[in-house]
Amino acid sequence: MTKFEIRGLRADVLIGAEERQEILKGVDLTINSGETHAIMGPNGSGKSTLAYAIAGHPKYEITDGEVLLDGENVLEMGVDERARAGLFLAMQYPVEVPGVSMSNFLRSAVTAVRGEAPKLRAFSKELQEAMKGLSIDPSFAARGVNEGFSGGEKKRHEILQLELLKPKVAILDETDSGLDVDALKVVSEGINRARATGEIGVMLITHYTRILNYVKPDFVHVFAHGQVAESGGPELAEVLEAEGYERFVKAGA
Amino acid sequence: MASPNIEIKEHSHGGELPVSKLDVHGSFDVADFPVPNGREEEWRFTPLRRLRGLHQHTEATDGKITVETDAPAEVTVETVGRDDARLGTSFLPTDRVSALAYASFTEATVVTVPKETQASAPVSIKVTGTGQGESYGHILVRAERHSAATVVLEYAGSAVHADNVEFVVEDGAQLTVVSLQDWERDAVQVSHHYTKVGRDARFRSFVVTLGGDLVRLSPKVGYTAPGGDAELYGLYFTGAGQHHEHRSLIDHNVSNTRSRVEYKGALSGEEAHAVWIGDVIIGEGTEGTDSYEHNRNLVLTDGTRVDSVPNLEIFTGEVEGAGHASASGRLDDIHLFYLQSRGIPADEARKLVIRGFFAELINRIEVPELRERIMTEVEEKLALHE
Repeated sequence: MTKFEIRGLRADVLIGAEERQEILKGVDLTINSGETHAIMGPNGSGKSTLAYAIAGHPKYEITDGEVLLDGENVLEMGVDERARAGLFLAMQYPVEVPGVSMSNFLRSAVTAVRGEAPKLRAFSKELQEAMKGLSIDPSFAARGVNEGFSGGEKKRHEILQLELLKPKVAILDETDSGLDVDALKVVSEGINRARATGEIGVMLITHYTRILNYVKPDFVHVFAHGQVAESGGPELAEVLEAEGYERFVKAGA
Repeated sequence: MASPNIEIKEHSHGGELPVSKLDVHGSFDVADFPVPNGREEEWRFTPLRRLRGLHQHTEATDGKITVETDAPAEVTVETVGRDDARLGTSFLPTDRVSALAYASFTEATVVTVPKETQASAPVSIKVTGTGQGESYGHILVRAERHSAATVVLEYAGSAVHADNVEFVVEDGAQLTVVSLQDWERDAVQVSHHYTKVGRDARFRSFVVTLGGDLVRLSPKVGYTAPGGDAELYGLYFTGAGQHHEHRSLIDHNVSNTRSRVEYKGALSGEEAHAVWIGDVIIGEGTEGTDSYEHNRNLVLTDGTRVDSVPNLEIFTGEVEGAGHASASGRLDDIHLFYLQSRGIPADEARKLVIRGFFAELINRIEVPELRERIMTEVEEKLALHE
């Protein structure tokens, strides 16, 4: 049983050497393992900043608050330590790392997170099966990390990493954006396989309700102006689908 | 970093012929080239003092080098004297050191890949310096028409060495050259690679410079007929106090020729200095030239210096493509963030990214043992400077 708590989190985006702007203005949220929380909100409300700030992206600086994973403050950890502690971020725009093969990268990551190098043969089999489950062509293992991948291919590989690294908490940042219906199904099935263990807490960040038809949330939060503006059950998503984000955009604007 | 120089002159009729500033007139006569003082365009990046007299030829030619060769049976390898008529027919020296080297060598190595022969294994030429004092060499590699071969040229040991290497790629032939500058830390080398690419012939060159105190290597490519293709790749890892200088010149002197130049290097440590000069000339009256050159530098520490200058001179309006790019910078934070966000520790993430930077080039070398060896040596240098 894992408890992931975000308490009073404030963060700035760093723009150039001098300039900065506060994006997160006191975020509170608790996710227990086995729960899926959808974070929905208008563009520019700070959803992605929340994801990146928690993961430790160099462009963001936390100015106040804490993020606790089973009582440990992950903000005091390095980016790699956070991942080894059980935190995972599936990025909206996964990074291309030229010349580093996907298989080499995945094996390095799995070795780091599991604390020991997996047996080559066993890992190769595990990787092949996980790729198959996401309809990824085996040839991708030899290619550079995300190098020249289409948007959909990148998203599949983010979920591939989710399945291999088996985190305690997964933050999925707009994993559904840019996917056609078939790809959305494949990716959602991957997320659901990871959820099926009941040992993972999921923060599903999305602009649209579309993915929630495949990945059913337990809770829905509306994010606006750098804070959680409203929380509810799955029915809140339906209200948002019907009404849009208009009243949240206006409020406090 | 210096800014690129691009000069475009339209095809002209009558009056003075356009004269390239990049294409120096060559000569076998040493006296035609004054002793450089360091202010000349082609010498201004080179610390002349560290050439240890190689540009002046004041010391006696008392350096000793050994040349070992290994080749499959179908390829001919000979050691010949200065008077061999095949030598020096494909080029004219373009600077003083090149002319000096041609005037001073005693023995040359001649590699011939017979026509329509596909070499079954790479040809190896290993030049080893055994001490101090100047030494001069000459190598001629001739790939006769419709032949195919890979030649691995390796420099090791300690030396103050200058040489000219002629690559003659006849019509339809395919020649791949790997030149590995793997000297001891105190060595000085000034080399010229002169390449002539025939009709529909293909030349690929991988210049890998890791060792030495000062290495200055100038690959020059010209074409004898349309359809020629030249790809020049370079890789260097310049450590504290080392000077690595690469100066390529592609002369698209006939129509429908193609060239790609891609040099990548990493610099680490105080006074590490890398120079890349990429000259491309697209000649008057030519059509259908396709050319692109690219230099990238990864700056790993403070105290290093990079000079990267692409020069492009175009004397025709009928160009298929001509471009260049140059970028020098530190490791990308976002690359490191991505790898670390998957649990990979910071130092390992750095190594993966640097490895990847070089792997893009190394993976194109079609000799697996060489790929591994070069990557291992890069990692050793990396470990040294971490």
